[in-house]
Amino acid sequence: MSGAAMQDLTAQVAYHLARRARWRGLEYVFWAAALASVFFLPAKHLILNEIAILALFALSLDLLIGYAGIISLGHAAYFGFGAYAAGLIAKHGLIGEPVLALLVTGLVVALLGFITSFLVLRGSDLTRIMITLGFSLILREVANRFAGLTGGADGLQGVTMAPLLGQFTFDIGGHVAYMYSLTVLFVMFLVARRIVYSPFGLSLRAVQGNALRAAAIGIGVNWRLVAIYTIAAAYAGIAGALLTQSTQFCSLDVFSFERSADLFVVLVLGGVGYLYGGLVGAVLFKITQDWLAGLTPQYWQFWVGLTLVIIVLVGTERLSGWLRAIRRLAFKGQG
Amino acid sequence: MLSNKYLNSLLGATMLLTAGVGSVYAQATVKVGLIVPMTGPQASTGKQIEAAVKLYMQQKGNTVAGKKIELIVKDDGAVPDNTRRVAQELIVNDKVSFIAGFGVTPAALAAAPLATQAKVPLVVMAAGTSMITESSPFVVRTSFTLPQSSVIIADWAIKNNIKKVVTMVSDYAPGIDALNSFKERFTGAGGAVVADLKVPLASPDFAPFLQRARDASPDAIFIFVPSGQGGTFMKQFTERGLDKAGIKVIGPGDVTDDDLLPNMGDAVLGTVTAHMYSANHNSAANKAFIAAFKKANNGLRPNFMAVGGYDGMHLIYEALNKTKGSTDGEALVNAMRGTAWESPRGPISIDPRTRDIIQNIYIRKVEKVGGELYNVEFATFANVKDPGKEGKK
Repeated sequence: MSGAAMQDLTAQVAYHLARRARWRGLEYVFWAAALASVFFLPAKHLILNEIAILALFALSLDLLIGYAGIISLGHAAYFGFGAYAAGLIAKHGLIGEPVLALLVTGLVVALLGFITSFLVLRGSDLTRIMITLGFSLILREVANRFAGLTGGADGLQGVTMAPLLGQFTFDIGGHVAYMYSLTVLFVMFLVARRIVYSPFGLSLRAVQGNALRAAAIGIGVNWRLVAIYTIAAAYAGIAGALLTQSTQFCSLDVFSFERSADLFVVLVLGGVGYLYGGLVGAVLFKITQDWLAGLTPQYWQFWVGLTLVIIVLVGTERLSGWLRAIRRLAFKGQG
Repeated sequence: MLSNKYLNSLLGATMLLTAGVGSVYAQATVKVGLIVPMTGPQASTGKQIEAAVKLYMQQKGNTVAGKKIELIVKDDGAVPDNTRRVAQELIVNDKVSFIAGFGVTPAALAAAPLATQAKVPLVVMAAGTSMITESSPFVVRTSFTLPQSSVIIADWAIKNNIKKVVTMVSDYAPGIDALNSFKERFTGAGGAVVADLKVPLASPDFAPFLQRARDASPDAIFIFVPSGQGGTFMKQFTERGLDKAGIKVIGPGDVTDDDLLPNMGDAVLGTVTAHMYSANHNSAANKAFIAAFKKANNGLRPNFMAVGGYDGMHLIYEALNKTKGSTDGEALVNAMRGTAWESPRGPISIDPRTRDIIQNIYIRKVEKVGGELYNVEFATFANVKDPGKEGKK
């Protein structure tokens, strides 16, 4: 390949990446709606805070599954580790300011993700499911055993958060908490968006498509997978840390298998591989759950299950598929 | 024209009236948030408490001191994170004057800081770890504490020639509480604990622990498992032949929970426990309670959780009576201190100092009564305070 042709190709790739990275109308609508919820739904800030945290957590899994094709059924390991790390940092007053503590937690969990990524990269999908699941169970049991440090099955008691940026105290209505979580979600989303539309993100998609072929055309597969796994772990850890910081409490439940499994449901609901899947899925999942649990505290799980089955049966791969279907119907109407 | 004018003024008057009624109505309602596990492994606890609370409201009417009581039931699945959020929503959005329920200790501990922050009384109707009442000055308890029954059963064991015991408890705060208070009293009186085994709280398999217990050949096993796991334990206990090896089962009464006891089979016959309530308790108040509860719930037998809920609701009613309907949190808690009444379990009162419950602890043995298994009470220790907090200032 001559120099000129190479340059031409690079320009083409850059052009295509730039085109794909353009902000679309619906994206503006989505974030405008999120911003509006801060002002117009103050009574719902507690549940919205949980939704924002779940969305960030789902975003993390989407980076793994949707962009690198790594299936993890134990992603709660990093979520939980982040939750406990943030809790312990606050409890022992190691770092007073929550935002700084959040960053440090992110780094610590990234380190854990980096170390464990080598385990996960061995073997096929099925092995990965087993390893990730096992790892989260191990961490849960470790947290249970070291009750002196973590409070064991009673949860971590006595976490009190310093005011955010030294200014805003976490209030009982969850207003500060929600604004904080939503801001973190937005920033982390921007970073994720930057990552997936970079040449690195593009090469990840190649690996996801066919790792062998990607390796054959000169893409270093393993280090890319290690990198994205580390990043995803950091995202999950930050989500966990947000939960502890905003509720000032943390229990063994953060490591639970249900949490990892729920995350899968969220992604299935919203769709994988376009970043918004986790976000939209989290909104749908939590609101359905909250609504049904309010209607029937005793049997809501049945209705949640039924709703999920129906959504998956009638739904397509992702919500944009639904949108496309609607558009098709609309055009039919015109024509 | 005249009629139109007349109509208009009538409309205005009606609107004024409805507005007035509306605001009076808003002030006259006191909301009680009931947070219990209605799903998951502890679901039976939630169902018992909810049924008992609703029964109480049905019997006593839903008006106290001129206020209408509105009950809001929420499921937390016994997951503390959920408890915390649900409690927060109830306090902030629904503006409840009480939060009550709490199936397990971690759930109560998760909500306690909110009670302090919002100055809302928190009535514990189930969870039994001693320290819960110390986690906030707004916590009041109508259930029991584990040291109450664990200390009593230790005394009983020593008197009845049980010298060598293996302890087996669920590995969380109430289990540790039961273990420590039993062990301290038992070894202090010359007994020996040859092994202490801790069983994981979630999805327990007792088989390996039972094997180890058997190998130690003790006189008895001291067992604490949360309400709901007792059936599994007793089944595995007999399956592994520990009953035939002459090993007795003793402990707080959670293991022979009235809710599950009828289905445990004859293997449990002779199990001796110390507890504050048995459906077999012989009193007019209890007989009336049992009859009404069974009638309202399709023949379901109430257990100690139901009694905790029933008494908790009574305490809430009494507190509102004493404050003449004022919902000031501190006034309500102060009104609750020292309240004494006749519960289906016997005479009980709220300790003015610790806000914890003072009640009789009964020693019971599982026997067949009219073809059904019951905990039959045969000894009473009167007015037991929580030993976990006695001696503390």
